[in-house]
Amino acid sequence: MRVYGKVGRIVALTASVGLLAAATACSGATSTGDGESKTFVFGASDDPKTLDAAYVSDGESFRVIFQIYETLVALKPGTTEVVPSLATDWKVSDDGLTYTFNLVKDVKFHDGEPFDAKAVCYNFDRWYHFKGAQQNGDISYYWQTIFGGFATQDSESAPKTSRYDSCEATEDSVATLHLKQPSSALLSGLVLPAFAIASPKAIEEGGTDLAINGDSIAYTGGFGTKVVAGTGPFKFVSWDRGEKLVLAANETYREGKPALDRIIFRPIADATARMQALQAGEIDAYEGVAAADIQAVKNVGQVVERPAFNVGYVGMNQKVPLLKNHKIREAIAHALNRQALLSAAYPEGAEVANQFLPPSQWGYNNSIKGYEYDPEKAKQLVAESGEKDLKLEFWYPANVSRPYMPNPQAVYESFAADLEKVGFTIVPKTVPWTPDYLQSIQADGKGQLFLLGWSGDYADPDNFVGTFFRETTPQFNLTDPEIQGLLNKGLAETDQAARQKLYEEANQLIFDYIPGVPFVHNRPLLGLGKNVSGYQPSPVSLEYFKLVKIEG
Amino acid sequence: MLRFVARRLLQLIPILLGLSVLLFAWVRALPGGPAQALLGEKATPAAIEQIEAQLGLDRPLWEQYVQFLGRAVRLDFGASLQTGRPVLEEMARRFPATIELAIAALVIAVAVGIPLGYLAARRYGTWLDSVLVSGSLLGVTVPIFFLAYLLKLVFAVQLGWLPTAGRADPRAYAEHPTGFYVLDGIVTGNLPASWDALTHLILPAIALASIPLAVIVRMTRASVLNVLHEDYVRTAEAKGLLAGTVTRRHVLRNSMLPVTTVIGLQMGVLLAGAVLTETVFAFAGVGKFMADGIVARDFPTIQGFILVIAVSYVLINMIVDLLYGLLDPRVRVS
Repeated sequence: MRVYGKVGRIVALTASVGLLAAATACSGATSTGDGESKTFVFGASDDPKTLDAAYVSDGESFRVIFQIYETLVALKPGTTEVVPSLATDWKVSDDGLTYTFNLVKDVKFHDGEPFDAKAVCYNFDRWYHFKGAQQNGDISYYWQTIFGGFATQDSESAPKTSRYDSCEATEDSVATLHLKQPSSALLSGLVLPAFAIASPKAIEEGGTDLAINGDSIAYTGGFGTKVVAGTGPFKFVSWDRGEKLVLAANETYREGKPALDRIIFRPIADATARMQALQAGEIDAYEGVAAADIQAVKNVGQVVERPAFNVGYVGMNQKVPLLKNHKIREAIAHALNRQALLSAAYPEGAEVANQFLPPSQWGYNNSIKGYEYDPEKAKQLVAESGEKDLKLEFWYPANVSRPYMPNPQAVYESFAADLEKVGFTIVPKTVPWTPDYLQSIQADGKGQLFLLGWSGDYADPDNFVGTFFRETTPQFNLTDPEIQGLLNKGLAETDQAARQKLYEEANQLIFDYIPGVPFVHNRPLLGLGKNVSGYQPSPVSLEYFKLVKIEG
Repeated sequence: MLRFVARRLLQLIPILLGLSVLLFAWVRALPGGPAQALLGEKATPAAIEQIEAQLGLDRPLWEQYVQFLGRAVRLDFGASLQTGRPVLEEMARRFPATIELAIAALVIAVAVGIPLGYLAARRYGTWLDSVLVSGSLLGVTVPIFFLAYLLKLVFAVQLGWLPTAGRADPRAYAEHPTGFYVLDGIVTGNLPASWDALTHLILPAIALASIPLAVIVRMTRASVLNVLHEDYVRTAEAKGLLAGTVTRRHVLRNSMLPVTTVIGLQMGVLLAGAVLTETVFAFAGVGKFMADGIVARDFPTIQGFILVIAVSYVLINMIVDLLYGLLDPRVRVS
């Protein structure tokens, strides 16, 4: 063997030199390009779908759209309070059918076109005249939520009637909206990025076609992917899908040029990978800090929490005979130790929920105290119920983290143990979140007990309790004329004080009925780099990057 | 030679037909559907029904299959449910990233694996051999996501030598005419961009190379051990050939045949491993797109990806077969 010794050594040397070179040759890699300009890199979980605001309803699309475009009315940073934006002030007629908006003057879109009442009405008319695929519930979700239907009903699932009637450019800087029916949620709804005012020229130049292509819907128009023009603090620069989306400061923004020169959205799907990217200084911020990562993020930066504007609940399907028994529902409400769960499995700041809407939402009934944890009382209620077969399926989603439920399995395990303690037999049922879980619970109504929740889109109680109970949905199968009557009345009522009373009353009825047990209002966490300031977390996840500053 | 290639290409047809039936049936048999995937949390039963009608999911299965096949032949897999762009366009844009990554991983696996395997064989039975053998066992068994996490923790977070994610520094500007980022920098005369792309390639390539590297080490070791005991090696030594000549002309060349086969087969592992590696490194290649596609039940993407990967796999193995002839004149491609 000796004869080969030399060759062996050479081979070994080559291999180790190769490894060494690979490891050391890269020490210069962390330089971050230009040091002069202020660039803010946000680690997103995904690319936006498109930057045509009217076609999307997901958070990643909205986050980018929110920086480029503006709406007539906006939210005061960090709150759900409606404040002026492209409209400096507005007047609502007594019958609630006419909204007159006075618009800001001398504002231009990013493509140089003037912003005026004509442009506003162009956008509203575009949405109202959506046809075919544009009318499906995914594409124009928020239009349908706030305004109902369209000029013509092309799609069976689209609402038959529309609250919208017309938009009139009364003067250059006065736009008047005429409604067919009053909608009390209109102003709160108009803050949504889905109602962003885009440059009519950009819309026409880019094109907004949607096509049914093979098995799916394609955004074939160039508006929102190549041509993008709003009035907001940042302008669209480029988009390399999967890699980065770049925005640059709008030098002529009406409130002055923002502090940041550039924003880069970097899609990193894996939350742990986002955390490591923040630790390595490659990104300046990300959403979805896991409870286990809080300390690691604090070591290199800051953790900020959004105000709780969501609710997580244990739903009870009224199709299930056992759950029709009020005593059983009450027993479940007393059996669940919600505080213990929150202490063990939620980050600090999570609050026990007693109603299906968060405390900061008007319409919340302050006199409701909640069902206290009392296993003895639960056992007694079970005995009184007369039910013998206490077997229940308990559904929870697998491999998913939601803002109101970072770890569904932990919630299930804790609650299942609570329920077994008072005599129930729990059969676990778990499937992946999308589409199986949502399909099973929301469409097919297969759940018996199930875990679900909701993040508020805008500040109106109808967005919470209305979504759950105004109509009979497969998940709850709740048909109660009194509750549903109140919620419908609440939506139609235009007097704010009267509305508030109606929803407080409805919340009391829902609390008494127990169609489910709300258990948490969670505060979703964001991780920021040390040198980031001015990031104002928003309850509805709409954060103004124009307020963000970056040092160094 | 030509006839061999033609025959192998013809063999592709039944393979692909079979695969297309399997793929089509498998995707449709999954619970839930694309309509639910599209609509997500805010889905109503009516909206689901409407989308299914629009997508043709309510038509008979065979009709859907014939349509699917007709389009697949024209490489038209429809539009991705995630981005709304045609699948072919999405794949074409992302393929350079995956090829770049796979080549880098293969280079690491071969350049490190063959010497180490050879070394283990030459030091058979020593501590070095044991370290290499157990090390390669570790390489096969450590999950990629865990290895990726560790690599990033050490080389990116602690030492700060290499980036954690992506294909290029997002703050830097670079043009990408070819989509191969390392090459793009050279083409556009932006060498720092090439360097930047290369640094982004190293950690994912090491993670992706871990399994093929381990397999190549073990295969080379076994193969070299076999050859070392052949009579012709003893004869070569006995007639006084230089050690280097014996190694090059007799040992290495003869032991490379099975190793080449394994390398060809490992290409499949690389392409499959890219799905996970690209996801944890946010590396925008077809693998990550496929992983996202699985979560979103993006039928068109899953189908397109698997068909394209299957074709590449068959083609790579055909090339490996052709290489046999070069390595061993006794093997006739007939």
